[in-house]
Amino acid sequence: MTDTQTPLLSLRHLSISLPKGADRALAVEDVSYDVFRGEILCVVGESGSGKSMAANAVMGLLPKGVYASGGEAIFDDQDLLKLSEHQHRTLRGLRIGMIFQEPMTALNPLMRVGDQIAEVFEAHGQLSGRERQQQALALLTEVGIPQPDKAIRAYPFQLSGGQRQRVMIAMALALEPELLIADEPTTALDVTTQAQILELIRDLQRRRGMAVMFITHDFGVVAEVANRVCVMRHGKIVELGEADEVLKHPRHDYTRALIEAIPSNVIPEARGAETDTALLEVKGLSKVFRSKGGLFKSAREVHALQDVSFSLVKGETIGIVGESGSGKSTLGRCVVRLERPDSGTLSLSGTDFMHLQGESLRRERHRVQMIFQDPYASLNPRHRVGYAIAQGPMANGMSKAQAFAKAKELLALVGLGGTDDRYPHEFSGGQRQRIGIARALAMEPELIVADEAVSALDVSIQAQILELLEELKQKLSLSLLFITHDLRVAAQICDRIIVMQHGRIVEQGPAREVFLAPREVYTRELLDAIPGREHELADA
Amino acid sequence: MSFFARFAQNRGALFGLIILLGIIVMAILAPLVFPESPWRMVQRPFLPPMEVDGFLLGTDTMGRNVAAGLMHGAWVSLMIGLVSTLVALMIGVPLGAVAGYYGGLIDDGLMRFTEFFQTIPNFALAIVLVAIMQPSITSIVLAIAIVSWPPVARLVRAEFMSLRNREYVEAARLVGQSNATIIVRQILPNTLSPIIVLASLMVATAILLESALSFVGLGDPNVMSWGYMIGAARTVIRQAWWLSFFPGVAILLTVLALNLVGEGLDDALNPKLARERS
Repeated sequence: MTDTQTPLLSLRHLSISLPKGADRALAVEDVSYDVFRGEILCVVGESGSGKSMAANAVMGLLPKGVYASGGEAIFDDQDLLKLSEHQHRTLRGLRIGMIFQEPMTALNPLMRVGDQIAEVFEAHGQLSGRERQQQALALLTEVGIPQPDKAIRAYPFQLSGGQRQRVMIAMALALEPELLIADEPTTALDVTTQAQILELIRDLQRRRGMAVMFITHDFGVVAEVANRVCVMRHGKIVELGEADEVLKHPRHDYTRALIEAIPSNVIPEARGAETDTALLEVKGLSKVFRSKGGLFKSAREVHALQDVSFSLVKGETIGIVGESGSGKSTLGRCVVRLERPDSGTLSLSGTDFMHLQGESLRRERHRVQMIFQDPYASLNPRHRVGYAIAQGPMANGMSKAQAFAKAKELLALVGLGGTDDRYPHEFSGGQRQRIGIARALAMEPELIVADEAVSALDVSIQAQILELLEELKQKLSLSLLFITHDLRVAAQICDRIIVMQHGRIVEQGPAREVFLAPREVYTRELLDAIPGREHELADA
Repeated sequence: MSFFARFAQNRGALFGLIILLGIIVMAILAPLVFPESPWRMVQRPFLPPMEVDGFLLGTDTMGRNVAAGLMHGAWVSLMIGLVSTLVALMIGVPLGAVAGYYGGLIDDGLMRFTEFFQTIPNFALAIVLVAIMQPSITSIVLAIAIVSWPPVARLVRAEFMSLRNREYVEAARLVGQSNATIIVRQILPNTLSPIIVLASLMVATAILLESALSFVGLGDPNVMSWGYMIGAARTVIRQAWWLSFFPGVAILLTVLALNLVGEGLDDALNPKLARERS
């Protein structure tokens, strides 16, 4: 579409060296691509693919010890790699804007939003004080923040994640840059917010005719925004082309694998439960978090769960879906009794699981296990993984030798045979999640609660873990309570789906029904917000 | 990189370690080089350094050998530093662990108890304790331990509070491990590095405290210590500078060495922080 023009930014045979002792010598190897005015180029890749490194080199923001060792980055006839820090600084913000992944840490928590935007003008010596504030207000209006006149005086913590990202975008756009670099700008956001931010970026790009370099790991997002796509793996370009072309007819196996790994191209099959004896029965569960009031603030109550009722049949997988703050994690933590519900009943195949306390609770705990979200935080860094798995059975009276033998067996079952004497840091994120699954299985639980168990993983690893869970479900007839914010993941693995909002159940039903014929408005909103959905439907 | 290689990267720490080893060797060799009691009068008093063969550092007001006092004093200083730190850890670590792990009322109670000790100035409390218990090695060690455990308890409590909600701790709770097992096997090993660093600095403070106690005359009358030597020499500092100078240098070097080693341990145990600092 824009091929006739000269590119705005042009990377030529760019190589970036990593410091000695890193897992490979070059973060980015011989990478060449162009970004044209008025287009969105998506750079896609999994973690460690070097997709962000090239952008950091362009901005002159490479971390210590990492440097561009070859090639050039031509932006408007100058090689960005040869600029001094001072020259870079005049370019940053003024002609190249950047948005980061985590809007909370990218904003100064102690500065009002308006002042932070005004600071951008100040840094480049533009406008007078009054004009800066006016411009800030105009920008906030443009990025669609509700009540911009109030928001301008707000501190970052008073805004939601999506609003903060809008502020970041306003800052990046303040000086009307020709190139906007967006590094995973929607990864930390809920689906519905993500859809809004994507819409905003697309809209602004069209209105201003900017070039956007959009870095993401999610092919769904690519389908939403990209004009052209550049797929990276291990620091090299795998495939580069028009978005439609790449999405519909990927030439490279890796691209195909990535696209297939998006857990979405499926509409869940109808699956029936094998039996109808309820394993877990939850009735009218409520949980309120109270923060103590102080001298200058009143006590606050958050209703995390309100009158939640559902039941789970043996051998069934229920997906609990909702945005952050919907209470889905609190529900999971109540079910495993890491949290004590305030009222309602919670029974596990007839046992009252809610009123157990102290020693009797400790003895019954093995019946419900949990798989945690963060594979890095869920294993004790000082324990060998064999011990990490064996300590559960040992705490329940199994002999040491038996427990360790069992740990070995389970590691083999999750595809990590013979690794029981290693420490967690020797494993990748996906492998650690497998260890976490093995640890849960070691207790032979009746029910496993998986709290965002695959959210922290790359798509291809995510697919592998979901496959493993599916396989284990068949083999061991597990019952699963699968908590996730990602509807696409839920569609893949769940028999039934519960949609939660503000601590209440909005809708529940068989997965297929919820996906194809959602009854509630909120469910429909969630489904519509899935990135890349239109693309698939058109495809099908 | 091995632990020692990381430690040795900090030149200062290596230097500190060498000094410290030197002082330890001094303490071990003391009974061999000077088999007689350092309290024995062996020459005329006020003998300046290097005037008479065999009296490298001269003699004191009573004609006792300063070099002998210095070497025997090394053993006392190091022993008091180490033992009192160990005792302080034995009080502070369990207290902090329990307070940090359980939180709530238990935490409130234990922390008020800790603050009770923190409100009284260290040295004043140590003086009172030694004076009540009669000066002896045991009472000095106890007094130093009693005044120096509160920071340990606070540190351990803070570490436990930040670690007790980690996912691996929750996982341990879910498999039915008892609270005691979780405290000892899951959380404590992960708090060791800051504790080790703090301990190395506490040894230095303890040596200073002991010196100060001896200086004011509350040392064990039966053992020679650096602080006693300085204290006894203070009245004659203008006539015989060497009497307070050499033990003073010994204290300075020991404390400096311990601080350097502590910093090196900190770097070696937190490789990430060390890299950012350099």
